[in-house]
Amino acid sequence: MSKTIITVENVGKKYTLKHQNSEQYSSLRDVLANTAKSIINPKSKLLSGASEEFWALDDISFDVKQGERLGVIGRNGAGKSTLLKVLSRIVTPTKGRITIDGRVASLLEVGTGFHPELSGRENIFLNGSILGMSKSEIKSKFDEIVAFSEVEKFLDTPVKRYSSGMYVRLAFAVAAHLEPEILIVDEVLAVGDAEFQKKCMGKMKDVSGEGRTVIFVSHNMQAVSNLCDTGILLNKGKVEIQGKVEDCIKKYMTSSRGINLTGLSLSDRLSRTSGGVFFEEVKGIKNGEECWDFNFDEDIAINFKVTASKDVPSLGFYIAVRNPFSEEIISNFKTVICNSTLQKDESRVFTVSVPKKSFRPGQYGLYFALSNSEYKEFYDVLDNNVNIPMLNINPISMDAHENAGFVSLPFNLKIND
Amino acid sequence: MSKHKIIIEPGTENSNYIKDLWNYRGLFYFLAWRDILVRYKQTVIGILWSVLQPLISIVVFTIVFNKLGGFKAEGNVDYAILVCAGMLPWQFFSSSFSSSANSLIANSNLLSKVYFPRLIVPASTVIVTLIDFLISFLILVGLFVWYGFLPDAKIFFLPLFLILALVTALGTGLFIAALNVKYRDFKYVIPFIVQFGFFISPVGYSSSVVYNSERIPELLKYAYALNPMVGVIDGFRWCILGGDTPLHTMPFVSSIVISIFFLIVGVWYFRKMEKSFADVI
Repeated sequence: MSKTIITVENVGKKYTLKHQNSEQYSSLRDVLANTAKSIINPKSKLLSGASEEFWALDDISFDVKQGERLGVIGRNGAGKSTLLKVLSRIVTPTKGRITIDGRVASLLEVGTGFHPELSGRENIFLNGSILGMSKSEIKSKFDEIVAFSEVEKFLDTPVKRYSSGMYVRLAFAVAAHLEPEILIVDEVLAVGDAEFQKKCMGKMKDVSGEGRTVIFVSHNMQAVSNLCDTGILLNKGKVEIQGKVEDCIKKYMTSSRGINLTGLSLSDRLSRTSGGVFFEEVKGIKNGEECWDFNFDEDIAINFKVTASKDVPSLGFYIAVRNPFSEEIISNFKTVICNSTLQKDESRVFTVSVPKKSFRPGQYGLYFALSNSEYKEFYDVLDNNVNIPMLNINPISMDAHENAGFVSLPFNLKIND
Repeated sequence: MSKHKIIIEPGTENSNYIKDLWNYRGLFYFLAWRDILVRYKQTVIGILWSVLQPLISIVVFTIVFNKLGGFKAEGNVDYAILVCAGMLPWQFFSSSFSSSANSLIANSNLLSKVYFPRLIVPASTVIVTLIDFLISFLILVGLFVWYGFLPDAKIFFLPLFLILALVTALGTGLFIAALNVKYRDFKYVIPFIVQFGFFISPVGYSSSVVYNSERIPELLKYAYALNPMVGVIDGFRWCILGGDTPLHTMPFVSSIVISIFFLIVGVWYFRKMEKSFADVI
């Protein structure tokens, strides 16, 4: 293949997590107060500075060749977005070295810098210049951009009056006409209707066909395997494997989705609950194997094994399903598992199954809880606070009407004649 | 292709910073253009606002201090012109200072999503207020006509003092902007600085009032001159009012020294903090 265009050597990015105040920016008052405290009593710093180092990227090395289409995959929090931010020079790495030989354009968000009060025409110029295009470049591509976006009629309308679909189309149209040597794209295709997504994927393929390098991050494995030929799988800030994109996806689908409950922070779980009964095992099951990725037309099954750590009078089980922003979609599926005393070390095994096509394609946060039969005392809670995997439903068609929304409603239609 | 070669490493200074600034001049222009366009969208009188605000302050000052308080300008200059010559540079400074100091927070979505030399953001906001200043200059012209006042040739030195005001506003603005990213307290400090600065700057009075006063101790007169806007406003009056309006040496020299000092410190601190902006914003 051709020459190496990006070299990443031992790159690390460290963040300091503050447990007391989660805000990254601090208040001057706190700084002054803490400084005063540490002067008066040097030991107190140990108490107030309850901070923890966290390597979002940990010793990452890889090369990208010219014309390569690299897919970066990994679970939430694996470091994908941080990697893209470091490559795009938005944040500086804490250690290591990156050499980039070419003009980089990064698209970490659709419509960065769009101003709602400005018209579509004005926003094309503004957004284009933010993405690194010169004025003459934008002018010469203007008609192409407008045609691609399909919003000709509303060019002089402020974009605050646009539908969200029009907004996304316009924003992507600008980005699609960038002509850098290296294009870095984060999860931006997750928006927009299926028809337009297809168009965008096609455009990105064209771009790389012209000898440009593309680095693409997505949770949509179909999109990644469609577009990319090589891949990197990140896990907890480290490169798990690098190579052919199929291998990375395969590995991602099987191992990295697995959930090892003993590894989940028990103290986090205990701080919110009384801990009489624990989830010992939670597994999404597909064809007898552990899996949290299901196609839209596959039945979903989740196996549970729970064990009592002391005698409890009864056991209730509770499920909620949330969107990726932790907003409830379905709340409070309650079931009494056992109405009599569950003795210490006694276990119960059960399966929750959901028929195929119930959940629309997308990602869902899961919430499981164990309680007594009145649902008053909680024994154990599993949710994204302890980083349990998301339920991933993959689309099987590009039909927008089938892919939109969260759940399908079973309904009957009766014709009265 | 090697002309675009970039090496990203922690701790190293970006040696291409000046080149990058030049390459991103288009963005500089577009950000200023955006702010100007957005400014007066959905307003009825639009750009007239940049005339109306200083005009009303001048009228209020003239009524309260001149007509009711008995403040007078020296010589045969009208008080309204004296206030106007102080109000315009002060308005320019205070709005450039506060908008550049707040600019990074206001554009936080840009900072966390795209790379560009961050200096562009506060610098482009100063351009917007500069345009406002040029428009509000019409007031002065109006007052000249109204009072039948003809400035002398010294008015051609005005751009020099405008540059001095710009340097002061940019230097302090950059410094506070960088601090504001990390310590949001500065959001509350900015209006206070502007209000306090207004009273210690000779907007409603002439610097001669301070220098000719026998009740003010010498030491305080030196302290007074430390405010770089004293030199700027005195300079504006020297250019606009003409005649024998004095240009006090002490505030003039200290204004030049201090504003350059602020600019150097501001740019230095901004550059030092710039790399961590996206991490903390």
